[in-house]
Amino acid sequence: MSVMASSEFGGTAVSRVATRAPRRPFRAPSALPGFGLAYGFTWLYLGLIILIPLGAVVLWAGSLGPARLLAIATEPRTLAALKLSFGLSLAAAALNAVFGLLLAWVLTRYDFPGRRLVDAAVDLPFALPTAVAGIALSAIYAPNGWVGALVPFKIAYTPLGVFVALVFIGLPFVVRTVQPVLADVDQALEEAAATLGAGRARTVFSVVLPILGPALLTGFALAFARAVGEYGSVIFIAGNIPYVSEIAPLLIVMRLEEFDYAGATAIATAMLALSFAILLLVNLIEAWSRRRLGHGR
Amino acid sequence: MAADQAALAAPPHPTTEPRAVRLAAIALALGFLAFFLALPLVAVFHEALRGGVSAYLAAFDDPDTWSAIHLTILVAAIAVPANLVFGLAASWAVAKFEFRGKSLLVTLIDLPFSVSPVVSGMCYVLLFGAQGYFGHYLQSYGIQIIFAVPGIVLATIFVTFPFVARELIPLMQEQGVAEEEAALSLGAGGWRTFWSVTLPNVRWALLYGVLLCNARAMGEFGAVSVVSGHLRGLTNTVPLQVEILYNDYNFIAAFAVASLLACLGLVTLGVKSALEWRYGDELASGRRH
Repeated sequence: MSVMASSEFGGTAVSRVATRAPRRPFRAPSALPGFGLAYGFTWLYLGLIILIPLGAVVLWAGSLGPARLLAIATEPRTLAALKLSFGLSLAAAALNAVFGLLLAWVLTRYDFPGRRLVDAAVDLPFALPTAVAGIALSAIYAPNGWVGALVPFKIAYTPLGVFVALVFIGLPFVVRTVQPVLADVDQALEEAAATLGAGRARTVFSVVLPILGPALLTGFALAFARAVGEYGSVIFIAGNIPYVSEIAPLLIVMRLEEFDYAGATAIATAMLALSFAILLLVNLIEAWSRRRLGHGR
Repeated sequence: MAADQAALAAPPHPTTEPRAVRLAAIALALGFLAFFLALPLVAVFHEALRGGVSAYLAAFDDPDTWSAIHLTILVAAIAVPANLVFGLAASWAVAKFEFRGKSLLVTLIDLPFSVSPVVSGMCYVLLFGAQGYFGHYLQSYGIQIIFAVPGIVLATIFVTFPFVARELIPLMQEQGVAEEEAALSLGAGGWRTFWSVTLPNVRWALLYGVLLCNARAMGEFGAVSVVSGHLRGLTNTVPLQVEILYNDYNFIAAFAVASLLACLGLVTLGVKSALEWRYGDELASGRRH
């Protein structure tokens, strides 16, 4: 699930190998049997199901060459779809960061009737199949739907509809990354701030929120990564009008249906490159904020 | 209710907010959840029952819907056990042994979660599609993977790949190897140790992972959509059948079939929460409540 955690794992892998590689044997001695079988099967299955198929995408992109990749990715229609996907994903992740933090706070710090039920309900977007969410959202936000009929402007079949769907699917990521960190915050810090004369608002903004910063960023990045690639919950409510409400993953599907594998690969490569750049940036901000504040998670 | 009201009215405390702020925050958070999460769920059942119970039930007279249900069960029945076996093997290797490159392996196991479902389907099309790397070879032998059941199974295995492993690895790492070493020193064989010591220790986490894996396998849309070809009655899973009915303007049937998936989601959520509450200390630490 975690893009950020993954890159952290990757980081430790590199440093461990760099410091210990020369002397360390491949595997530490163990009394337990079955390492060869389990290890071999893991790599075999991983290779066949994940690595070879993903390798095919890389190979295909490589055979196109950078010039053609760039030419396809900067076609006006593709460019419009990429802009829409990335812009709305960032906006949806930002809204999720705000309300995800609020929800995590309310669920961790306050007690109210039905708190456990609400806590469980936060995972609904993970549990509800995306196609179901998609048709339900378009029924609600269509001009004759429950919400669509109330507002004076169109939501479904516009970029705003795409935004609503992306907010729906991204919400649990922020809540679930912030919640455990907030629960672990040492309340003695808050007591110390209060005895030193800080008001409650100052304590929250200068003491508690900075501790939550890295987790909040991780949740933002996860929600963003999910939103960029999201397909099922978006296509029903989007209306899929070229240049207006057409998302990048839909364009990939259309190219594949036309047997234009090169076009599909180029759009996918552009999506991966852009996502990687943004996630790297978020990772850097996270590392910087952690260093600056001088505390880990 | 009254007790909770009393708790909210407790005297001011330096480590919490004023009562009005707390109430406003709770109201805002619950309002957001009701608007964004509860409303869509209610809408599914409302739309499905719009024409009454008989129209709802009539939606299930369609043979294409039944073949979609059969296909979804078949796909989950292959994908979930496959990833279950993988999850056990991967967690045994990663959690019980120390070896070089472990972090890389763990990262790669989580990789499918960071890939767009559409791209997950696409990579099999690039391999096995008509113009894919092995397309001609498969065609000359008359083997069809894309636009057929094998492609749907592969795409489903791809997107549900990490679910079991990521529940087991952290838990088995916490549990360590002492109990297995004790069993071995008492004369149990490797398999016996695994069946009688390791597996019972992780059974609830295993169920948790299988539950989430199954929910995603039965509900997956994007990846399956790319490889399915949408052949009615042949390569449509339940989510794809929902899409077809919806695009045919057959809304009651679309929402009726969708309500099955919504129930699956609710049951998953219920059992998942029950596992977290009841067996929280036997799940990985991130799942404890």
